[in-house]
Amino acid sequence: MVGAAIARELARYRLDCVLLEAGPDVGAGTSKANTAIWHTGFDAKPGTLEARLVRRGHELLGEHAPDLGIPLEPVGALLVAWNAEELAALPGIRERAEANGCPDVRPVALQELYRREPHLGPGATGALEVPGEGIVCPWTTPLAFATEAVAGGVELRLATRVEGVHQSPDGHELATTAGPVRARWLVNAAGLHADELDRMLGHDGFTVTPRRGQLVVFDKLARPLLRHILLPVPTAATKGVLVAPTVFGNVLLGPTAEDLGDKADTASTAEGLAGLLAKGARILPGLLAEEVTAVYAGLRAATEHADYQIRVHGGQRYACVGGVRSTGLTSSLAIAEHVVGELGRAGLPLHLKPGVERVRMPNIGEAFPRPYRSAAAIAADPDHGRIVCHCERVTRGELLAAVRSAIPPRDLDGLRRRTRVLMGRCQGFYCTGAVASLFAEASGRSMAEVLGVPPGVRGGRPRSRGATP
Amino acid sequence: MNVDVDVLVVGAGPAGLAAAVELRRLGVGRVLAVDREAEAGGVPRHTGHTGFGVRDLHRFVGGPRYAAAWVARAAAAGVELRTATTVTGRAASPAAGAPAPTWASAPGPLAMALTGPDGLGTVTARAVLLATGCRERPRSARLVPGTRPLGVLTTGALQQLVHLHRQPVGHRAVVVGAEHVSFSALLTLAHAGASVAAMVTEAPSHQTYAAFRAAVAVRWPRTRLLTSTRVGAIFGRQRVEAVELTDLATGATRRLACDTVVFTGDWVPDHELARLGGLTMDPGTRGPLVDQRLRTSTPGVFAAGNLLHGAETADVAALDGRHVAAAIRDHLAGIPWPARPPLPLVCRPPLRWAAPGAVAPGAGAPPMGRFVLRIGELRGHARLEVRQGDRVLATSRAGRLVPNRSISLPAGWRPRVDPDGGPLGVGIA
Repeated sequence: MVGAAIARELARYRLDCVLLEAGPDVGAGTSKANTAIWHTGFDAKPGTLEARLVRRGHELLGEHAPDLGIPLEPVGALLVAWNAEELAALPGIRERAEANGCPDVRPVALQELYRREPHLGPGATGALEVPGEGIVCPWTTPLAFATEAVAGGVELRLATRVEGVHQSPDGHELATTAGPVRARWLVNAAGLHADELDRMLGHDGFTVTPRRGQLVVFDKLARPLLRHILLPVPTAATKGVLVAPTVFGNVLLGPTAEDLGDKADTASTAEGLAGLLAKGARILPGLLAEEVTAVYAGLRAATEHADYQIRVHGGQRYACVGGVRSTGLTSSLAIAEHVVGELGRAGLPLHLKPGVERVRMPNIGEAFPRPYRSAAAIAADPDHGRIVCHCERVTRGELLAAVRSAIPPRDLDGLRRRTRVLMGRCQGFYCTGAVASLFAEASGRSMAEVLGVPPGVRGGRPRSRGATP
Repeated sequence: MNVDVDVLVVGAGPAGLAAAVELRRLGVGRVLAVDREAEAGGVPRHTGHTGFGVRDLHRFVGGPRYAAAWVARAAAAGVELRTATTVTGRAASPAAGAPAPTWASAPGPLAMALTGPDGLGTVTARAVLLATGCRERPRSARLVPGTRPLGVLTTGALQQLVHLHRQPVGHRAVVVGAEHVSFSALLTLAHAGASVAAMVTEAPSHQTYAAFRAAVAVRWPRTRLLTSTRVGAIFGRQRVEAVELTDLATGATRRLACDTVVFTGDWVPDHELARLGGLTMDPGTRGPLVDQRLRTSTPGVFAAGNLLHGAETADVAALDGRHVAAAIRDHLAGIPWPARPPLPLVCRPPLRWAAPGAVAPGAGAPPMGRFVLRIGELRGHARLEVRQGDRVLATSRAGRLVPNRSISLPAGWRPRVDPDGGPLGVGIA
C-alpha cells in the first residue's frame, strides 16, 4: 500500500523508478487483510505524524477514490459505550477528536442511537457520532496506486525480495532474489520487514512486532442489520473490536490484537474466533444468525513506538517508511506526499513530467455500477452478461479484463482481489472449476498450477458421460 | 429481453425441471425455466456415482445421464429454457423516498430482473417457483481456523473439478463428514487418484448405510473412519500440509498430513431470492416456510426441491416439483390463496426440522405423502409423535433415527388437525 502510493507519487516526476515487491502481487502482504476503514484520525495521538498524515490521507483518498475507481462509502461511524467506565471516556475522546481536527464528532443520545441502529444489542450506555469515517476497498486501493505508477513509467518487479544492500558512492546496490538492482535513492516501505531492511542500511530505530488481527466476514444478507461502522471505546492496548459494513456488501467483525513473534503467522485460531463472536453477539445479536462467509487474519506492522517511523536520511539518499499500522490504508497518499516532499528537500531532483496518464480501476464495490447490471456493458460485450461467480456476481468479462490488465493476477488470490471472484458465501462450491479453467486458459497456465495441485498427482480416468466441460 | 409468462421457474435442476414438465402436461401455457449455469440439470450434472432416477424416472442411472434426461423431457414438453441467465431479484423500482419493495412484495404481478448474455430483462409471471437448491457449508462458515492454503474444497467443487473439468486433485485427502455425500466425495477422490487418509466426523458413528460403509472398508482398507473427532485447524502455506484432529472425548490433538481437505454435507439452502423477496423463512430448514402444497407466505410464490430440505436425493426433489405443479395450476385458475397462514409444524429437539414446515388444514398431502425430518443426534428405534396442544394426533414407528439422514413422517394424521387448535408439534414419543 505505502510503497505503491510512494511509487505513484514519484511517477509524476522525471525519475527512473523501480518498485520491488517480495510477494507475488501488489498489496498481497500486510495491506490485504485489515478492517478496510477510511479513518478520520479522530482517535489518533494528537501531535503525532500519524495523526497528521491520517487526517491528510483521509482528505486525499476521499478526493481521489472516485477518479481511481476505488470503492469508498462515507457511511459514518457510531462509537458505542457499553458500561459506565466507557461512558465516562467519551468526553475525552471528543476532546481528542477536536485536537485532531475533527470538530464534528458529537454525542448521540441513546434514543437516537437505537433509532439509527435498531438492531444494536441492548445495554449501550452512550455513543459518539464520527460522521467522517467510512469504508474503502483494501484491494483496489494499492492496485490503483501501482497501476497508476506503472502507467507513469515505474517498473514493477514482483516476487523480488531484497536480501542485502551494499552502499557505494554511486548509491545502493541491492541483492535481490531476482538479481541485483542499483539505485541512487532508496525508499524502504517493506512493511513487516521494514526494520530488517533499515538495519541493512545501518540504522536501529525500531523493531516490528507483528500484531495479528483476526476478522470474520458475514453473509451479505446481514448487511441490512447496520448502517454505520460500530466502533468500540478504545483502550490503551487496542482500538478494540468493531462491526462494519464492507464495500462488497458484507458485514465485518474484528479485529483481534495479538502480538506475535512470527512475521508470517496469518492463521486464525479457535480462541480468537470465539472471542470475536462473543463480542459480535453483544454488539449486533442478529449477526450470529447469519452465515459466516470468510475468516481471515492480517498482521499489523506494530513497533515499540506510538507513531509511524518515517525518516529521510539525506546524506545516505535513503528514506525509511516503517511502523505504518492499520491506518496506512487511509494515510498512504499523505505518506507518499510527505515522503516525496522530504526526499526533494534532501536533494532528490523533482521535475514534473507533462501529462501523466490517469487510470481508473474496474469497480468491484457493491454501491457502484457493476457490469452484471449494466445494459450498456453487456451490449458492448456479452461476456459481461455471463455471470461466472454467482455469489459475488462476477462476470466472465470482468475476469478476462483482470487477466489482461496492466498488473495481471498471478494466482487465484490475485484474481479474487481484483474481481471478488470466489469470495462469496459458497466459497467456490459452484464455480471453482469454471473460474480455475477460465483463469488457466486466459493466462496460459495449467489448471494444476492454478489450483496448486502437488506435482506427480496421477489423476483419474475420464468417466462421466453427458457432461461437458 | 422482457417476457411475460404464466410461470417462472428459478433453477433448472431436478425440482425445477420436473415442475416445468408437469405444468406443461397440466396445460399451462408459457413456462419459463431459468438457470444461472451454462447447462441445465443442476447438481446431478457433476455427480459421478449411479443411483439416480429410481423414484421419478424409474431408472437407475448416473447423475449426468439423469440430468440430461430431465433436460430432454423439458424440451419435449415445450418448456422454455434459458441458461447462463441469472434471476437477480428486484424488478420494481422503488418510488422516491419510499422503502424499496421486494420482488415479492411489490404491487401488481410478480416481476423479477434477469441478467444474461443477451442483456438485462424483466420477467413478469403469474406464478414463481423457487427451486434454487442447496449447497454445502464451506470451511469458513464452519469456523475451522488455521491458515488459508489451496486444497480446501467442498464435495460440490470437488465433483466439478473431477467430473466436469477432469482435473487431478491431490495425493492424500481428509474428508470432513461421514454421511452419504461424504462417501460420494470418497468415490470422487478415488476416481481422481487421491488416497483418503481419513474420514472425520464429530458424531459417534458414520451416518450412511451400513452396506456403504462396509463396502468402503473392503475396497479402501487404509481409509480410517475417525468418529467423535473434529478437524480443529488447517495448516499449510501455499497448499494444505496437514490438519489438526481433536478427539472430542479426551481433548487430545494430533496432526494428520494431507494435501487436500474436502468439507462434505452440512447443507444450507440457497435462499437468497427467498430472503430478498421477504418470504417468511423456516428457522429450522433456513429455506422458505411452505405448507404441504409448497406454497410460501406470498401469494403466487412457490418453492420446491432442496431449497426446502437440504439435501434429499434428486428424485425426491423432482417429485416435489411434480407435486407443486398442481398447486401452481390451481393458483393460475384463480383458486384463492389461503386467507390464514398455515399452522407451523414445530420440531422438538433433538429433531431439527420438518419439511414442509407448516400445515394448511384441508389442503391435502405433502409430496410423497410424508414430511421429511432431520434429527441432531442418534436415537435407536424411536417413535415420532405429532401433537396439537395437548392432543396427540398420531404416533408412528420411525426406525433408527440417524443425524444427516432422511426421516419420514407419514402424513395420515392431517384430517385430525383442528384449524383453530394452534401450532403443531412433532417430537420423539
